[in-house]
Amino acid sequence: MLLRLRPMAATTIFFPHFTARPSSEDCLSLRFSFCKSLVPNPETKFRHPLRSSVPRLNLSRRFATAAVLSDGKDWKNGVAAASEERYDVIVVGGGHAGCEAALASARLGARTLLLTLNIDRIAWQPCNPAVGGPAKSQLVHEVDALGGEIGKIADRCYLQKRILNRSKGPAVRALRAQTDKREYALEMKKVVESTPNLYIREAMVTDILVGKNDNVEGVSTFFGMNFYAPSIVLTTGTFMSGKIWVGKASMPAGRAGESASYGLTESLQNLGFETERLKTGTPARVDYRSVDFSGLEPQHGDDEVSWFSFDLEYHKEREQMCCYLTRTTKETHQLIKDNLHETPTYGGWVEAKGPRYCPSIEDKIVRFQEKESHQIFLEPEGRSVPELYVQGFSTGLPERLQLALLRTLPGLENCLMLRPAYAVEYDYLPAYQCFRSLMTKKLEGLFFSGQINGTTGYEEAAAQGIVSGINAARHSSGESVIVLERESSFIGTLIDDLVTKDLREPYRMLTSRSEHRLLLRADNADSRLTPLGREIGLIDDRRWNLYQLKQSLISEEKQRLKTLRISGGDFATEVGRLSGQPVRDFSTLESILKKPHVNYEILDRFGYGNRLLSKIEKECVEIDIKYEGFILRQQSQLQQIISQQHRRLPDGLDYYSLTTLSLEAREKLSKVKPQTIGQASRVGGVNPADITALLVFLEANRRRVNERKTQELLKSSPPDADETDETTSTAPVAEIVSS
Amino acid sequence: MALLVLRLHHICIRLCRRPTFGLLRRHQNSALSSCVNAPNILIFQSRNLAARPYSSGKTLILTRDDRSGSLDSSFGEPEACAGTIAAIVTAVGSGPAAVGIVRVSGPGAVEVAGRVFRPVRRQTKVASAWMPRSHFVEYGFALDNEGNVIDEILAIPMLAPRSYTKEDVVELQCHGNDLCLHRVLRACLEAGARLAEPGEFTLRAFLNGRLDLTQAENVGRLISAKSVAAADAALSGIQASFALQGGFSALVKSLRMQCIELLTEIEARLDFDDELPPLDLNFLIDRINAMSHEVKQALETSSYDKILQSGLQESRSKISLSVLHMLNATSPNFVFSTSSQSDRAIVTEFAGTTRDVIEAHVTIGGIPVTLLDTAGIRETEDIVEKLGVQRSEAAAMGADVILMTISAADGWTDDDKLLIEHIMRNQKQLSTSSTIPMILVINKIDCAPSIMIEHFDIGSCIFKKKVLVSAINGRGILELEKAVLDVRGLEPILSGGRRWTINQRQFDQLIRTQEAFSRLKSSITGGLPLDFWTIDLREAAMALGEITGVDISEEVLSSIFTKFCIGK
Repeated sequence: MLLRLRPMAATTIFFPHFTARPSSEDCLSLRFSFCKSLVPNPETKFRHPLRSSVPRLNLSRRFATAAVLSDGKDWKNGVAAASEERYDVIVVGGGHAGCEAALASARLGARTLLLTLNIDRIAWQPCNPAVGGPAKSQLVHEVDALGGEIGKIADRCYLQKRILNRSKGPAVRALRAQTDKREYALEMKKVVESTPNLYIREAMVTDILVGKNDNVEGVSTFFGMNFYAPSIVLTTGTFMSGKIWVGKASMPAGRAGESASYGLTESLQNLGFETERLKTGTPARVDYRSVDFSGLEPQHGDDEVSWFSFDLEYHKEREQMCCYLTRTTKETHQLIKDNLHETPTYGGWVEAKGPRYCPSIEDKIVRFQEKESHQIFLEPEGRSVPELYVQGFSTGLPERLQLALLRTLPGLENCLMLRPAYAVEYDYLPAYQCFRSLMTKKLEGLFFSGQINGTTGYEEAAAQGIVSGINAARHSSGESVIVLERESSFIGTLIDDLVTKDLREPYRMLTSRSEHRLLLRADNADSRLTPLGREIGLIDDRRWNLYQLKQSLISEEKQRLKTLRISGGDFATEVGRLSGQPVRDFSTLESILKKPHVNYEILDRFGYGNRLLSKIEKECVEIDIKYEGFILRQQSQLQQIISQQHRRLPDGLDYYSLTTLSLEAREKLSKVKPQTIGQASRVGGVNPADITALLVFLEANRRRVNERKTQELLKSSPPDADETDETTSTAPVAEIVSS
Repeated sequence: MALLVLRLHHICIRLCRRPTFGLLRRHQNSALSSCVNAPNILIFQSRNLAARPYSSGKTLILTRDDRSGSLDSSFGEPEACAGTIAAIVTAVGSGPAAVGIVRVSGPGAVEVAGRVFRPVRRQTKVASAWMPRSHFVEYGFALDNEGNVIDEILAIPMLAPRSYTKEDVVELQCHGNDLCLHRVLRACLEAGARLAEPGEFTLRAFLNGRLDLTQAENVGRLISAKSVAAADAALSGIQASFALQGGFSALVKSLRMQCIELLTEIEARLDFDDELPPLDLNFLIDRINAMSHEVKQALETSSYDKILQSGLQESRSKISLSVLHMLNATSPNFVFSTSSQSDRAIVTEFAGTTRDVIEAHVTIGGIPVTLLDTAGIRETEDIVEKLGVQRSEAAAMGADVILMTISAADGWTDDDKLLIEHIMRNQKQLSTSSTIPMILVINKIDCAPSIMIEHFDIGSCIFKKKVLVSAINGRGILELEKAVLDVRGLEPILSGGRRWTINQRQFDQLIRTQEAFSRLKSSITGGLPLDFWTIDLREAAMALGEITGVDISEEVLSSIFTKFCIGK
């Protein structure tokens, strides 16, 4: 361990503190230059294995803080500072957001501390044992393309994999993996534990330590420790003041059997943050061995397995397990109707409504009375555990009724229940309090990720985690933070929605939330984001070479198909038959691939395919060619949108002083503080007229500034040049406001 | 020919006020070129990340897809407004003028105008794109999308930045009558322009750096006030009343709902496939075909021109007033002054013996009104006069409001009484469900002592309103206008033609929808997967949206959640 630690020389060097540092994120580049001059380059003394292969990235990065305790030579100092450890980044919470954040941060070279309530529960999957699905799989692919971990672990620990929406279009094709939840947690824990620069500690964080300039300095824990870092990432999940419910009975807990975390909510509230409460739930688990699968419809995985990760090293096939389908019966519905008063929602003791996309079984039965039966999926939770996840069957009924309810399902007549269904209530912080970098607007250096921002799902958490991890590391080293635009990715869409829209239920990523999904596909997640991952420093040389090879293969193949022409023959006949369109002589293979119902496999079948290409690469080629027209159209639309919407709004804009805005818009915009015009237009209650008014204000502002500059220029320089613009002043200015 | 000369003269005047240098610039591909030269602000290609941090220290990243090399990744300064807009910029609805102008502005202005305008001098080379010389008048024809000549026009290209909006602008000078103008505008819309929002040209002029700073706040206020009013109008009563009267509004609304419904059906399956019954594709295609057919029909049969004309002549936004008066009882001059923008006054002048119905067009409170001035109605034996009386009666019965004018000086005469009885009888005979409201107009109050006037109580149950006017000094004219609007239950509208504009806008929406549907249909026939259908359905729904730019994702989502039983 000691080999990894920093030399003592670094301990005395801290970030230069500005006496009056503006709280916005905009001064970072300034700080950057400062640090450069003061800090000796530690990279000459320290270089970890991954990073040594990416030397270009190391040159500009140095982390100035160091742990006193870490230096074995200086025991006296060590004891004195025993309750005072220093890091570059502290990540609070070891769930799916926390792991991604900590890994990204550590891999970028930041000395990172991961604080978690229970080390054995790192990357636990407390709800459904699955990763991916529509829209969520895009998130996983994107995180992987940036150099994240979730895709690799899911690829390594899958029990079953299926492609959903296979025939519905390349943008909505989605991979879902059932995962082994124990293995998943174990594998992720291994990665976290073996990553250089990453330190783990069990602790309950109760307080955020704040510096003079509204910047975070560290956290303090329940047992009285202080940990210091200029960047803190909070990923508290369902633990902040968590409370679980089974029927009318409740107890404080973050998850069943795990204690909740107290104090942090109050600390955040005292710092001026607004907190609210959300509720979500998880269904019962039954014993695999007590279920009679003979009458149930099995759901097998795909014969040909697909992968989340773009890293070929993780493409290792394993034996798949089966899921099963059962249905609710008349008895199920009757039992629920008879006991509605026992459920929290209809009994009236819990006001909070669950998410719309994840209703409890009683909700489904009450709201969709005409439906005689609802599908229930039985999903194994692992190879070595007998637990079976009953998907679609979450309930607020008391435990004494739950087993009876389960036993109304075909196949489960004699089942044994291992864990009861329960609901959990927890504190979250409405994410309008964050910038799109996920740094909070109030405190510099404080980042939020995952359920604390009101989302749900491992994938959503991981997506935020990697962004906040990257930004926490960059912030601590004085680099500018990174924002993924909405139009760039599902990650960007997710974050933009979170910080802009008024959310009243846990946010789940859905296909229909992405307007430009045709451009944000799973197959091109790497060509969209891996160059960025490389730039940031999360993609090592091996991955980068892999990526470049793939891209060059694809583009060469596209070129080949463009130039190769065929005439007549069996191939043309077959294409004509499939597409119902005649094949002209000297058609290029490209034009043939564009025909309906013709795909690359037919090229392969007739020997026109390229054997050098993998299945994935062929698919990329096919999509690029087949849907070229649509893709181009969407791209040009996107460009229009970008040119309109990416206008920046000044940070400290006082919306209340803009009388041309509607009252509602003034209020909402002051709350959300959007960074761009596009973001402003997505804030609820802001109408197109308000946006126009904002544009007019921006332009007027710009001119005032210009005018002032010109005047200053005139004052400072002799009045020799009369700089009136001839071309603009000659055309007529007076005009009727028309139409 | 006389008209042409007149127009040329008009242009000469306009051009004299404009800069007269003829700098020759450019080509049709303006969409890209206009944004290429500006400094690169967005970091579009992620590779530049480290090299070019955002000026404010914040890095905004829009990663480019490495695989799609076809698009130019260099990005210009964000444009404030995108798209090409068109509108009639001369006054509409205030009667025929010699010349009217349709202005097209935006990066695609030349392209749009090129599709509508065919210059005479280059008639042979139809295929080549129009490459105008800036500030150089061209004579030619306006064509509709089928290539029929609509009007004989002059095109004045003003290429960026030397134009009012600092964008490419083409002004098409057409014959001044409303029909010509609307046809040309329609052609422009069909050629790819979008109907300009109120004040949008001025807004662009401002945002692009024309107009000075002092005007800034005013522009802002004007725009926001106007568009709010427009949005309000669109959302509230006006549309509703239009729906009743057979405008496009009901259709637009129902089409939008249907689009959202179909999106709901499809997108629910994208996100929750295994929890929903399979989608009936044939049903979906039938629905799409039906909608597309509906749009097509609306655009064809209730033809645009007809709507225009009906707007001008029928009761939608039009009131016909029948002015009745006794022979020799009224002043020969009846003055209707329209107090709105123009100070135009319609004076109908006739002798008492006139037997014809005289028509005049005026605007009251923004609503075009046809004034039918009739001869008096009375029992007569004279054949010629009888004919005249019959016509008067017909006009009165077909009118929206009947104004009965009597002279204050003469008071309520027996003849007046007879006339009223006659009309009441006629109305009963026609047994129409609603009687035509009548207003009693007492003219010449300047000639009569005030005491006299109070005696006109007779028939107050017959007349909905009583207005005292003096045609000589104009007293009471405003009250009369108000009374007319009140009686017809119409709110005066702020700027002339708003109602018409709404119709126009809906027409515009339908055109966009039609385009989306035609693409959708080709997606379906081309065997493209379901997700591609959503692209054009979404576009259709957006086009049909009441306010452009409204995010429909949330609407689709909540529709999914209410309609389907979904969840793990």
